[in-house]
Amino acid sequence: MSDIPRLRVESGRVVLSGAWTLAEMLPMLESLQSALGGLPAAGQHWDLTALTRLDSAAAVLLWRTWHGAWPASLEIGEMHRQVIVRVAELPQEMPAQPVARVHLPEFVGRLLLKAAANLRGMIALFGQLLLDGNYLLSHPRDIPWREFTANVYKAGLLALPVTALVGFLIGVTISYLSALQLKSFGAELFIVNILGISIIRELGPVLVAVLVAGRSGSAMTAQIGVMRVTEEIDALSTMGVSRSIRVVLPKILGLTVAMPLLVLWTSAVALLGGMLAALLQLDLSLVYFLENLPRAVPVANLLIGLGKGFVFGFVIALVACHFGLHVKPNTESLSANTTSAVVTAITTVILADAVFAIFTRQIGVPQL
Amino acid sequence: MSEPPVIELDGVYTSFRGHPVHRDLALRVDEGQIVGLLGGSGSGKTTLLREILGLHRPDAGMVRLFGVDLNEPDVQLQRNLRRRLGMLFQHGALFSALSVFDNIAFPLRELRCLDGDWIRRLVHLKLAMVGLGEGHGKLMPAELSGGMVKRVALARALALEPELLLLDEPTAGLDPDRSQNFVELIGDLQRELGLTVIMVTHDLNTLAGLATHVAVLADHHIIAYGTRAEIMTIDHPFVTGFFGADRRKLL
Ligand SMILES: Nc1ncnc2c1ncn2[C@@H]1O[C@H](COP(=O)(O)OP(=O)(O)OP(=O)(O)O)[C@@H](O)[C@H]1O
Ligand SMILES: [Mg+2]
Repeated sequence: MSDIPRLRVESGRVVLSGAWTLAEMLPMLESLQSALGGLPAAGQHWDLTALTRLDSAAAVLLWRTWHGAWPASLEIGEMHRQVIVRVAELPQEMPAQPVARVHLPEFVGRLLLKAAANLRGMIALFGQLLLDGNYLLSHPRDIPWREFTANVYKAGLLALPVTALVGFLIGVTISYLSALQLKSFGAELFIVNILGISIIRELGPVLVAVLVAGRSGSAMTAQIGVMRVTEEIDALSTMGVSRSIRVVLPKILGLTVAMPLLVLWTSAVALLGGMLAALLQLDLSLVYFLENLPRAVPVANLLIGLGKGFVFGFVIALVACHFGLHVKPNTESLSANTTSAVVTAITTVILADAVFAIFTRQIGVPQL
Repeated sequence: MSEPPVIELDGVYTSFRGHPVHRDLALRVDEGQIVGLLGGSGSGKTTLLREILGLHRPDAGMVRLFGVDLNEPDVQLQRNLRRRLGMLFQHGALFSALSVFDNIAFPLRELRCLDGDWIRRLVHLKLAMVGLGEGHGKLMPAELSGGMVKRVALARALALEPELLLLDEPTAGLDPDRSQNFVELIGDLQRELGLTVIMVTHDLNTLAGLATHVAVLADHHIIAYGTRAEIMTIDHPFVTGFFGADRRKLL
């Protein structure tokens, strides 16, 4: 079994013996290679009759030693000759695959084209959703209620603890920092305005959007992506089930409905955190805080916050589904698309937030 | 006593969620045998192969490969052991992110001893062995047909020149011609290298053309193990049902 590959050179004869297999050669590969390489180029008699085993790795090694031609005089068993014949039948030249060079303009151009294709894909998906909605209006029995509620549950209810925790901590942090500043101006009472406006109008929705993009957005992309990899999507459509109505639509609607509720919840918890911090830091009673909140923060801010939640939820789910549907059937593409989905969703959310800020700059700001 | 058996299983118990799959299963395969493993669908053949590979640990019992217990804690020893076997998975299990060429080159590159030219030649050799051309090397696994996946997976299993080859339904999804090629290829390799092969198969032609021994897995254990002629004489509902009127064909 463990017969070591041996090489003996005696006056013009090269004698190989033992098992020339990859496993046996590995420990002494270097010395074997250099011994074979050190032989004079031609005029040797090769005696391979004492070989016990010869596998294709060793055959390739010998063939390379012979510079791709049968040696003039060779003794070898018929069975082992077959192994070398297989190697001999391969083409002599084995060019390495050229590595593609990437040029900067090409790279940037490709990136832009990809971005344009993604934008186009998302618009197409949006259009498909409108068509589906239209279809469902006339066929209300096909509305996927189950999938819709399942998505509200998964993206909404199950996200309550983590959004609450993060919201609470952010509320505490902002309250502490602002309290320090306000104290030095003697303007402690404005903590209500600062916390109210910033959390309800801005921080709540954006915070939730970032969390949900990481949590539910990635899950949606991965789920749809794996369904594509395993051909489940194709199985669905062979059964006459529309993938957009059964898979995509419930996800997008579910998140669009769940997000405003999550925003409301997170803003409330963040305000609670801020109130508690204000109580400890500034001795501002909870009752005072709650009584003054409606005065300091016009109700329009709440509506803006909820509207943002609504739009962000839609955007995140749309982006996630788009990238999920464009996963190619391999693991690399799955991971790349999941990453792109989360990054694109967060970026788009921030962009949308900026647009919101511009168009609502006159609304809901308290006049002092 | 010279060589330990290549595979030795004894008293293997396996169950999934309380349902027994193997009960007191024993099997011993010696060097150079080509064993056809028969058994009904869901009888635990794939599970048995996974246990031999050490991918699944049985609830109880002993699994030895080349005389080494799979529960041996020595990591280096276990790793060297794994290099001596090749597995063809039932569904291919190709790396979906790598091209066909890279799939086969992967285990060779992992050795970190072979140079690029050597690896390229070996990969093309393996591709040629399973009847695929150089052009197929650039394809991704998702672009292959079912039978091609099988053949690439076989080429990958052969890449490290294993001493023990485990094949899970190697000819399922191949046309009769390819099946015949496969039988000849494995037969040749066995003669040249003294491979030991365990293959799960439902194909009588493959079994008749290749197997030196047959093991029958039924009723949660190996009910019979022996040469083809010996198995023929077994009077068990599975065996009679499996071979049916074709009993003679196997001989
Ligand atoms: N990971 C697992 N979890 C639970 N049950 C399992 C698992 N893997 C296998 N089983 C069960 O073990 C039994 C044997 O499965 P196995 O895949 O070994 O069958 P098989 O003999 O290979 O069948 P086939 O010929 O159809 O491939 C089956 O009943 C299966 O349901
Ligand atoms: Mg199986």
